[in-house]
Amino acid sequence: MTTTMTPEVVVGVRSHLDVEKIRRDFPALHQKVYGKPLVYLDNAATSQKPQAVIDAITRFFTIENSNIHRGVHYLSEQATRAYEEARVKVKEFINAREAREVIFCRSTTEGVNLVAQSFARRLVKPGDEILITAMEHHSNIVPWQILCEQTGAVLRVAPINDAGELLLPEFEKLLNPKTRLVSVAHISNALGTINPVEQIIETAHRRKIPVVIDGAQAAPHLKIDVQQLDCDFYLFSGHKMFGPTGIGVAYGKAHLLEAMPPYQGGGDMILSVTLEKTTYNVIPHKFEAGTPNIAGTIGLGATIDYLAGIGMENIAAYEQELLEYGTEKLSSIPGLRLIGTAKKKASILSFVMDGIHPHDIGTILDREGIAVRTGHHCAQPVMQRFGVPATVRASLAFYNTKEEIDALVAGLLEAGKVFG
Amino acid sequence: MISEISLLYQEVIIDHSKRPRNFRVLEGADRKAEGYNPLCGDRLVLFLKMDGDRIAEIAFQGSGCAISTASASIMTAELKGKTVKEAKEIFEKFHQMVTGTPNGDWEMRLGKLAAFSGVSQFPVRVKCASLCWHTLKAALEEKKETVSTE
Ligand SMILES: Cc1ncc(COP(=O)(O)O)c(C=O)c1O
Repeated sequence: MTTTMTPEVVVGVRSHLDVEKIRRDFPALHQKVYGKPLVYLDNAATSQKPQAVIDAITRFFTIENSNIHRGVHYLSEQATRAYEEARVKVKEFINAREAREVIFCRSTTEGVNLVAQSFARRLVKPGDEILITAMEHHSNIVPWQILCEQTGAVLRVAPINDAGELLLPEFEKLLNPKTRLVSVAHISNALGTINPVEQIIETAHRRKIPVVIDGAQAAPHLKIDVQQLDCDFYLFSGHKMFGPTGIGVAYGKAHLLEAMPPYQGGGDMILSVTLEKTTYNVIPHKFEAGTPNIAGTIGLGATIDYLAGIGMENIAAYEQELLEYGTEKLSSIPGLRLIGTAKKKASILSFVMDGIHPHDIGTILDREGIAVRTGHHCAQPVMQRFGVPATVRASLAFYNTKEEIDALVAGLLEAGKVFG
Repeated sequence: MISEISLLYQEVIIDHSKRPRNFRVLEGADRKAEGYNPLCGDRLVLFLKMDGDRIAEIAFQGSGCAISTASASIMTAELKGKTVKEAKEIFEKFHQMVTGTPNGDWEMRLGKLAAFSGVSQFPVRVKCASLCWHTLKAALEEKKETVSTE
């Protein structure tokens, strides 16, 4: 057995998750599709929700429903308190220094756009550079391309090797006096690679370059500590970490957020408005214009409570076991090639098979009840880098089992037969 | 019971996907169109040589899933020698078949193309089967832009 574990995981420690018990917390896992028990392996696209989260949202709409930060009445007070409590939970989840560094937004995507427009846009001049990597999701590419169009800045891309790992020396070489910002994924959704974000941040900070981390795929798998990382911004989505859709988090260091202009204008983000002049509210409210996703935020709070009850370290350790098992099993299938074989990986298995297009594999697996993603995974440059039009991606969560990996393997062998 | 998977991946389809016919650049083509399915990354280029109103020669190139490759391969085999009007009529029937219009006697009406009748049980794959046909339409109407199934 290799110890390809992350620093967040204590090497050699076996997980002690009661997976059967955990599975009972997720109602969606217990259904049949096409007469077969559902095997849900598309967690990197979105994850299933525990009953506790569903209940929290139902309770909000059933009892507490009210707008926040406005009413003097009882329900509004309750809703405001629940909303702000969720902010404190997020602060603890990512170990931010202060709760006001936690901005609620729609998703990772909106977070990147917020940072690009409110933070980076004032920073960059024509010819300046933004540095990303060759393994980014489109949502960590396109907002920067838009910014470059607006400002005349240039997007630079740090290369990766054949295993799907960032080439750190090349990355460092690309940092230069024109570099204004670095934005990288903590974990690649298409390859599973866990990037050495601490080193990336330290290297950039030595040159006083701020760093944005796209944590969409890290939040469901790793313990996140933004103070230890010392990142300037950290962005993630609720729906990929077993929470609701439509709610995300943009963490930013307080002094940066305070110096930034608002992202959107509207209610709640102001202190006072006259038709001549408006005074903006303090952070985090300055960045939360209008009525937010209150139910989603409260649901995210419940998600964090649920995850805390299990422990991110336990989740990471168990998923590494699954990853090792899945890697071994898939590698034994003739003609199968894993795309993304980094030493440090999250439980994402992307692959192609000789003579069978990923889309056909996806259809055959689907009829076996197995949900995988096939396609470019919103990471077309990654596909181009590996010379494939698409891959099949099985992305595992802590409620998946070795038996489900066995079902995947059986399905793939079946696909091999159809095209035999 | 015959599974829907085996109705989708019929032998002719597997055969044409592995050994696509008319798979080449057509020298001296007078019509050309590109098709792209962003969902699965299928891409194809279709070449036509017209003889008046008749498709004298037809060929394609590209990369895609089994359904889209086989569909293009069988389409080119079936359409050689057909008039524009005939080709459009066939497309209409084909489209009805893959989108599941009931009671079609497709065997009789579409010949080899009837192999794609199983697609109607797989709504997300309809785009794969019809990409080449949309591309054909663009070529016949001489649209210059890449057609997309989105
Ligand atoms: C690495 C990464 N970044 C960003 C995103 C975008 O997340 P969302 O669609 O929730 O905004 C995703 C989602 O697929 C992702 O995997």
